[in-house]
Amino acid sequence: MQSAKLARAVSSERQLQEVLTDFWENHFTVFAGKGQVRLFIPAYDRDVIRPNAMGKFRDLLGAVARSPAMLFYLDQWQSAADSVHPTLVAARQQRPGGRMMQQRAQPGPRGRRGLNENYARELLELHTLGVDGGYTQQDIIEVARALTGWTMNPRGAAEFTFRPEIHDAGKKVVLGHALPAGRGIEDGEAVLDILARHPATAHFVARKLATRFVIDAPPPALVDRAAQTFIRTDGDIREVVRTIVTSPEFFARSAYRVKVKSPFELVASALRTVGAQADTTVRSAQLVAFLGAPMFGHQAPNGWPETGEAWMNSGSILNRINFGLGLAAGRFPGAGVGTWSDAERLKHLPREDQVDAVVLAFFGGQVSPDTRQILLSGENPLATKLAAGVPLDSVASDKGIGRPVQLNGLAQVIGLAIGAPEFQRR
Amino acid sequence: MDRRVFMKSGALALVTMGLSPGFLRRTAYGADLLKGAALKGAARGKTLICLFQRGAADALNVVVPHGEAAYYRLRPSIAIPRPTLAAGPAGAIDLDGFFGLHPALAPMKPLWDQGILAPVHAVGSPSATRSHFDAQDYMESGTPDNKGTRDGWLNRYLAVKGTCEAGCTPHAKASPFRAVAMTPQMPRVLQGPSPTIAMNSLDEFSVRATGPAADRLEALYRTGTADVVHAAGGEMFEAVKILKSANPQKYLPQHNASYPNSPFGTRLKQIAQLIKADVGVEVAFADVGGWDTHVNQGASTGQLAARLDDFARSIAALVADLGDRMGDVTIMTMSEFGRTVRQNGNAGTDHGHASALFVIGGDVKGRKVYGTWPGLEPEQLYEGRDLALTTDFRAVFSEVASKHLGATKLEAVFPGFDARHAQLGLL
Repeated sequence: MQSAKLARAVSSERQLQEVLTDFWENHFTVFAGKGQVRLFIPAYDRDVIRPNAMGKFRDLLGAVARSPAMLFYLDQWQSAADSVHPTLVAARQQRPGGRMMQQRAQPGPRGRRGLNENYARELLELHTLGVDGGYTQQDIIEVARALTGWTMNPRGAAEFTFRPEIHDAGKKVVLGHALPAGRGIEDGEAVLDILARHPATAHFVARKLATRFVIDAPPPALVDRAAQTFIRTDGDIREVVRTIVTSPEFFARSAYRVKVKSPFELVASALRTVGAQADTTVRSAQLVAFLGAPMFGHQAPNGWPETGEAWMNSGSILNRINFGLGLAAGRFPGAGVGTWSDAERLKHLPREDQVDAVVLAFFGGQVSPDTRQILLSGENPLATKLAAGVPLDSVASDKGIGRPVQLNGLAQVIGLAIGAPEFQRR
Repeated sequence: MDRRVFMKSGALALVTMGLSPGFLRRTAYGADLLKGAALKGAARGKTLICLFQRGAADALNVVVPHGEAAYYRLRPSIAIPRPTLAAGPAGAIDLDGFFGLHPALAPMKPLWDQGILAPVHAVGSPSATRSHFDAQDYMESGTPDNKGTRDGWLNRYLAVKGTCEAGCTPHAKASPFRAVAMTPQMPRVLQGPSPTIAMNSLDEFSVRATGPAADRLEALYRTGTADVVHAAGGEMFEAVKILKSANPQKYLPQHNASYPNSPFGTRLKQIAQLIKADVGVEVAFADVGGWDTHVNQGASTGQLAARLDDFARSIAALVADLGDRMGDVTIMTMSEFGRTVRQNGNAGTDHGHASALFVIGGDVKGRKVYGTWPGLEPEQLYEGRDLALTTDFRAVFSEVASKHLGATKLEAVFPGFDARHAQLGLL
């Protein structure tokens, strides 16, 4: 499944769809290593995120809220009315005019149950309003109460169901909006409406999209305009993205090639450039994991960082360089020098022509003079000096990316290009 | 960005971090930089090695309460026999007349005798969760019952230490090997803004190219704009050289240390290599699985005994190998929770509550089992089934962080936990 996602990112003609799918799967992250989440991920990608990635935010939010992946990951499926509030079943059983019965929530298969705030908290903090979005701990509790009964049976068909017998039927107040007593699934829908249309959500989502598409610290003016679009279009994601990618800030020199690629982006861009065949084996997903970001492998609910500095440390840069060397050496299925359409033509041309073609394909034609010089150089004076004190003997083999390779010719230029600083950015 | 600026003078930073000058002379940059570098403060630093037993080790069969009648009553077929002549090698290895070690932990008994091993019992997370996922998450984030914490407590420690106002230089942040996880992915406990390295093995930490390509790759990062990417690259090439000169392929453990040929043993061996290479390791992490013994866990022999055999022989080899360096090293083990006191219908145990851990090191006041023993009689059990918790894991972790590593801002490392009155005095 993870490899299928990568294969689409590599070969799809609809890149914006793929970028936004990746963005939302990170925004609404789930962790494959928690219980049965792994089983729910194919449907999460196919039916929940992908169809809504460029649609209305409210639809996406609602689909996520009902997805077994999220219900399980953030424990929402186990959340039930606590003992001091009547459940919907109890409320409906009361005779007209009679005193409301205080019936305890039905215990589920795992015994003791009660309110679980986990999803409610992350819904406000990470999915919608943002941590500074102006909500209180009481809001979290009220949201959790409104969402009780939004559950599933993880052993059966694993489909969303609403169970009135564990729904808290009392009155709630969420962010100043009163939700009257005695309602059912409408409570949760009302909460999602309130959150999806809240200005803090517009700003939070707009800032995160601008961070992904433009620069790690997006200009406030850009965020404001994107948030205005969000509010004006009732959360139309396509329109918000349009505002961002047609903005002067997007085309500004200061925003040129400043974003550090995530591991997913690095692997996808390298494979795409060499024209890799769509590989749906587990191997290509392992490459992304090898670079430090296994897909659906982020344990905490905040997802992988959207900012570049987090991806840059000595271990990660080493892995990126070794990935490039491995790709150039033809170690990965269906990807390498041979799959690049220009390779055959370039094979017997002078190095200068090879470098020009690689710079065009991998860097859009733009690299620093230093980088170009190093790609061109037969023997690099700086490199010789650096190597003087250190024996460059080979090292033992391992199960990871493989033995050291001696790259020559075009393969060497490509290996260097993927490992170059400029290729780490987009 | 500060860190990156300092990396421009990487080798200088390594000197202040306590690197062996002998090594630096061998590197291309070291010779020049050494001339101008003050070697003040180059004393060897302290190191903490954290070892996570994932899957919830059965603490009652690890540090055995052989003086507790209920233990034998509730575990008719999986209890470890009392340390008697009749029990022989199947019996617990007595520590203090009440507790004993599982017989498979025999390699660790000399550490007890030397006074450098301190077991802590009935320790764990105050959270009621019996989910592996949640409990590991809490133990690594250091914030039980708070799923919102983004970083791990070891990373927060690194950050706090890195921002000390006086008495240490910001250069101290610069060793690329300051925090190393011998794991394929960065573990939760080390995730966060402070730089850390995760690696499957030392052998993998090298550029996979020979000849001109390797040189040119380095040249790519030694030229051009000084930005975060170039800085990380420069840092990496420096680290690779450090490691290469430490020559991990040729490593021979010292003092007759014999590591098991297991993944865990290999990882501990590589941690010892890094420490002995003086590359500035302050925090090292490794984990080991296989503790979730729901079925046929065995007693003195069997499934759990096999896990403990690997565990104990690996740790004993690490301690032997490090030799005198154990004066500056503390090893701390942990597991997310304990297991049910009563054995289940499959001669195994289910998810429980409080657990046990080991603290080992030259600083440790060993030869004593720490913690308050809550007892195993029905009314003493947590929710009628599990070992009750008497020591919050944060009490142990914060004591080790402060007394061994010298952490000061404990409220930043363990937010919401008052470490002042919780110390056990084991260091």
